[in-house]
Amino acid sequence: MQNYTIFVPRLLSKKEYFVSGHRACIGCGEALAVRLACKAMGQNVIVANATGCIEIIASQIPYTSWKVPWIHTLFENTAAVASGIESGLKAMARKGLKADKGTKAVAIAGDGGTVDIGLQALSGAMERGHNFLYMCFDNEAYMNTGIQRSSATPFGASTTTSPAGKVSIGQFSWKKDMPAIAVAHDIPYVATACPSYPFDLMEKVKKALSVKGPAYIHIFSVCPTGWSCPGDLTIRIGRLAVKTGIFPLYEVENGIYKMSIDFTELRPINDYMKLQGRFRHLTEDVINQIQNKVVEKYEELRRKSVISDAVESGE
Amino acid sequence: MAQRVGMEVSVAIGEIVKLANTDVVSAYPITPQTHIVEHLAELVADGELDAEYIPVESEHSAMSACLGSAATGARTFTATAGQGLELMHEVLYVASSMRLPIVMTVANRALSSPLSVWSDHSDAMACRDTGWIQIFVENGQEAVDNTLCAFRIAEDNNVLLPVMIHLDGFHVSHVIEPILLPEQSQVDAFLPKNNYPLPLDTDKPVAMGDFGPPVIYTEAKWAQEVNLRKSKETILKVWQEFGKSFSRYYKPVECYRCEDADTLLLTMGSYSETAMTTIDKMRGEGKKIGLIRIRLWRPFPFEEFRQAVKDIKTLIVLDRAISFGGPGGPVCSEIRSALYSQNNRPEIVSFIGGLGGRDITVAGFEEIINSGMEIAETGSDNEFEIFGVRE
Repeated sequence: MQNYTIFVPRLLSKKEYFVSGHRACIGCGEALAVRLACKAMGQNVIVANATGCIEIIASQIPYTSWKVPWIHTLFENTAAVASGIESGLKAMARKGLKADKGTKAVAIAGDGGTVDIGLQALSGAMERGHNFLYMCFDNEAYMNTGIQRSSATPFGASTTTSPAGKVSIGQFSWKKDMPAIAVAHDIPYVATACPSYPFDLMEKVKKALSVKGPAYIHIFSVCPTGWSCPGDLTIRIGRLAVKTGIFPLYEVENGIYKMSIDFTELRPINDYMKLQGRFRHLTEDVINQIQNKVVEKYEELRRKSVISDAVESGE
Repeated sequence: MAQRVGMEVSVAIGEIVKLANTDVVSAYPITPQTHIVEHLAELVADGELDAEYIPVESEHSAMSACLGSAATGARTFTATAGQGLELMHEVLYVASSMRLPIVMTVANRALSSPLSVWSDHSDAMACRDTGWIQIFVENGQEAVDNTLCAFRIAEDNNVLLPVMIHLDGFHVSHVIEPILLPEQSQVDAFLPKNNYPLPLDTDKPVAMGDFGPPVIYTEAKWAQEVNLRKSKETILKVWQEFGKSFSRYYKPVECYRCEDADTLLLTMGSYSETAMTTIDKMRGEGKKIGLIRIRLWRPFPFEEFRQAVKDIKTLIVLDRAISFGGPGGPVCSEIRSALYSQNNRPEIVSFIGGLGGRDITVAGFEEIINSGMEIAETGSDNEFEIFGVRE
């Protein structure tokens, strides 16, 4: 992160591997994140994609946005498919049936495909130690099917299956801490990222690809359609999620936590929430409850972390 | 020279998968299949088979890992049974639709509930619409031979479809039989290297498993159907060549003492061998009875089947699965449908028996045949007869 305090887009490759022409909604944070991740990965990867927004927007026969080998099979099995790809390449290279090009298997899925229905396959693949990268693009609900809650939906958010109502505040449970679950598998690399911090995201993707063994990146992907916010606020809302401490950016290398960016003072969460229709119904009491939880979680993370060189004020 | 050696059938299947120089084995334990993947694990652990062995966390992932592996062009094997096959169910459709040549042994097992680890054909019949090639075998030698043929059929570039080899759990999987395993050189001569035409490869990126709107879905499914039907040509060719190399011949519909028979019993799987003993006995008594077995269940061999039953009066079908609330056994219902348009069709009597490992003895088959012949004369109000049930 400290290397990128100056905006240096000229240093980036102009090559794209996830190209335009797809059907994502205006302002889609996930499509942007996928594009940046692909730019960082380059062409020596095979992508296994779970069913979800990215899969349907970019692969309708006879079109594709993918310029790297890409496979979609089902919703919950992407980590297992990636296991098979990695094993197939490894066996054939070892037996001299195909050249060893060092191609990496990469699995991508949304939050539903990762934290809910795909969790078992992901856990299995991480535990077995396959040499692969798994990226979860988290837009905090099942957006492809029409904004239903997942276990990654934040407390209090109104979705179509956790609607705010006269006797309901919306989502009734706290967001599942998927990066912590990945860390608990004792894998070499876990990180969080957000396309509002593009260089940080790309740096982490590159690092994750270079690791031998399983790597997991959890990527915060703003969804204007599902969150009821203007499409031109995607970058700002992503930044606010980080600056309020709602979605801290950090990495965990061989079990050691490091904040990618740390704030001396967090912005109040309402700066983030008030821009989104999904939180509009929340009372001050509930917002305070969420605020306390966010601060508590953030402090817990700081305590676990070695101090980062990148300390910023929250402003 | 290859020698006949007594070994457990599951072990023999592991040996032939090794001789086929399989690249990736994905494995999850389930009775009565487990000895197959256990033996493969030993072969990999001892360095006798150079393969990636993926000990997955479920059958759903077992088949999913096979998708990924086969898509890279690696020779891919797995095995399962009963509930495991059911857990894989949605993945099975993807394997065939994406034309991934995966070979899977299914040690046929009944489905819960009540829990039963014993054999019947409920699991096999539940996946008859998944688009796989399905081959039934009756003993260990057939299992070994057809597993080898399965790799060649699946990977043939005119086919590129996954193949299931069905053998009855315990009755075949766990018995020790004299097995003739081929020499490595014979296998190498029979089975060419896997040459998957469009693998996932960075030199030539492909997109597999795209999203198909209504404008293309019907065409995709029709292409799949044409492909599966057409695979029969290759299956017959592979069996023919196998016969030439190994002197054991396989056919889509196998007949036993069918010459001049007026009544035929139809069975699938291991119970056929008991049924043969019954046929011998009844033939000895001068009855004109024979046995047919459907070996190739998918693609269904309409032509060969119709030919086999064209001159008979009565066909007695034994199913080892129930289509609940429907026409009875799935095999019999397909047989009836296959013969409906024929001018000279036999009387068809449907029996269901042998569920969840319940044995049918030589005397039991005699009872089925005798009461089948009687029903053919007198008729029955039942859609099917259930054999040996205590009411």
